[in-house]
Amino acid sequence: MDILANLLLGLQTAGSLTNLLYCFVGVFLGTAIGVLPGLGPTATIAILLPITFTMGPENALIMLAGIYYGAQYGGSTTAILVNLPGEPSSVVTAIDGYQMARKGRAGVALSTAAISSFVAGTIATMLIALFAPILGEVALKFGPAEYFSLLSLGLVAALVLAHGSLLQAFGTVIVGLLLGLIGPDVNSGVQRFTFGITGMQDGISFVIVAMGVFGLGEIVANLGDESGRSLSGTISRMLPSRADFQRMAAPIVRGTALGSLLGILPGGGAMLASFASYTVEKKLSKFPDEFGKGAIEGVAGPEAANNAGAQTAFIPMLTLGVPSNSIMALIIGAMIIQGIQPGPSVMIEQPALFWGVIVSMWIGNLMLLVLNLPMIGLWVRMIGIPYHFLFPAILVFCAIGAFSLNNSTFDVFLLALFGVVGYVLRKLDCEPAPLLLGFILGPMMEENLRRALMINRGDASVLFTRPISCALLIAAVALLVMVLLPSIRASREVAFQEE
Amino acid sequence: MSDRADYKQGGGAFSSDILQRKDFWSAILYVGLGLGTIIASLRYEFGSPSNMGPGFFPIILSTILVLIGCVIAVRVFARNTVGPDVRLGFINWKALALVAVSTVLFGLLLPYAGVLIALPVLMLVGAAASRHFRLELRAIIGMLLLSTSTVLVFVIGLGVPMPLLGSAFGG
Repeated sequence: MDILANLLLGLQTAGSLTNLLYCFVGVFLGTAIGVLPGLGPTATIAILLPITFTMGPENALIMLAGIYYGAQYGGSTTAILVNLPGEPSSVVTAIDGYQMARKGRAGVALSTAAISSFVAGTIATMLIALFAPILGEVALKFGPAEYFSLLSLGLVAALVLAHGSLLQAFGTVIVGLLLGLIGPDVNSGVQRFTFGITGMQDGISFVIVAMGVFGLGEIVANLGDESGRSLSGTISRMLPSRADFQRMAAPIVRGTALGSLLGILPGGGAMLASFASYTVEKKLSKFPDEFGKGAIEGVAGPEAANNAGAQTAFIPMLTLGVPSNSIMALIIGAMIIQGIQPGPSVMIEQPALFWGVIVSMWIGNLMLLVLNLPMIGLWVRMIGIPYHFLFPAILVFCAIGAFSLNNSTFDVFLLALFGVVGYVLRKLDCEPAPLLLGFILGPMMEENLRRALMINRGDASVLFTRPISCALLIAAVALLVMVLLPSIRASREVAFQEE
Repeated sequence: MSDRADYKQGGGAFSSDILQRKDFWSAILYVGLGLGTIIASLRYEFGSPSNMGPGFFPIILSTILVLIGCVIAVRVFARNTVGPDVRLGFINWKALALVAVSTVLFGLLLPYAGVLIALPVLMLVGAAASRHFRLELRAIIGMLLLSTSTVLVFVIGLGVPMPLLGSAFGG
């Protein structure tokens, strides 16, 4: 069978000693960073990107992916142990996980999270192997009109899932798109918005934008609220009992299904999936009054959902070259710097890379499951590190990382500027993630719109007359209308308020 | 602002409240950025839909941005009631300034003084942004450790071409 052959090829790539090592480093760093206060996975990946430029493409992508799902696991750890979700997608885990920890079942909650994530990751890997080639084939039929509509759908989804006001998020996306246009125009070679500054002649690097907005901006925001974190409960027993296993089985399966579906949606489906799973489990449970007081289903379901969602978020990125969240946007940026044009051709031209990354995600999940039980003591100690010891180091990594991109101090000044931009956006309730997504998609959108219109002699109706393109645009409009409907709007606001 | 008292007399409590609103400032930001981009894009050829010039896409985008800003502005003036969630709240000017200045200082000092001086300056000025900052033995040891390991990893290990001592020391 094709799928088996593909997975075998992936296993050969991901199973090589170097790639196992990079996978481990990624998972380890990711978990550590998820556990440490005040550093999100987007900032981490941005800070570590300059280092990956010296690696081969496989090694770099395997490590970056490892950081991504490792951070997800680390976020759940802090959610359970200190009631501080390190990640938006582990917000739900904090509800019942923390209560379990307070009842002395922290160890069980942690291993439940690890087991659910592993099972979900395994199933999601299989799903990717099944569906990525199909989607890839569809994607090969895509012309510029389809790509433009797909990118629009992606941006709309990012808006809908952003916190706060829809209009403000829309504005942030446009600012991001405009920032992405700085530099030479591909068609005419005209220098746009560079104001004669030499350091901007090739445009602004997405690494600088991400490090400034997510790294420095986050530091300033975190310094506004320096409260300590204290551990609750001691970790005694790690392994769930037989009864625990019986109670978590069905939630894991349902969570995986929900997560896999919602994860494909552009705009960060992992968070949505964990919320959805929690609601479903609460409705279906035989013990609904235990929810909020330490129900194991409330940890197992959402954890399975967010991990499955995090995995399937790779599908649109790997097959279409369209990022579904800001982390995927960074990984796309990393691929471009490695000389790989993300899109359906990656699967055909570089099957070893494609399948290697997918299988490495499964191996990484296995590592998380096996390693985290013995390493939990280390994570617990890291949770206690005060932020004021940590942030000067983040500052140093950002500054050196910015310099090393082009060995230019101008990039360091730009970094400072985007740090200020990041803080201002946060203060104005404009989420920075849509900005980064817009920044990466800006040039792609312009190029595809230009080509689509050129082929059709300037007639914009081509976007609506081609069936796939039209369907994608209708989906985008439907998504917008749905959010604007009063009832859904109210529930969206409630969902975000719980965080 | 020195004329704040006049402001209150003229427009009542409403006009001074507005300066405290997040949505008001986002409207200003979007309209300002949008207009600025439109003006800057006028220098580039607009072209036509069938042959988009370099000015085409930016002008369309920034027009949308201005419109968004205007809609937000209208909503600011339409809704006088200020909930706690639209207020700007505490702005950490000190942290913002110190983090930005420390990064700029690093960039300025790097070629002239070298990484051995620029790094500690970056850490010291940056760390001062925290309320818990105290120049004590533990902090200095931490700073020296971090500087040495950073230089070892990045300059010597990964070969990032940063001068250890800059041109001011003949480096």
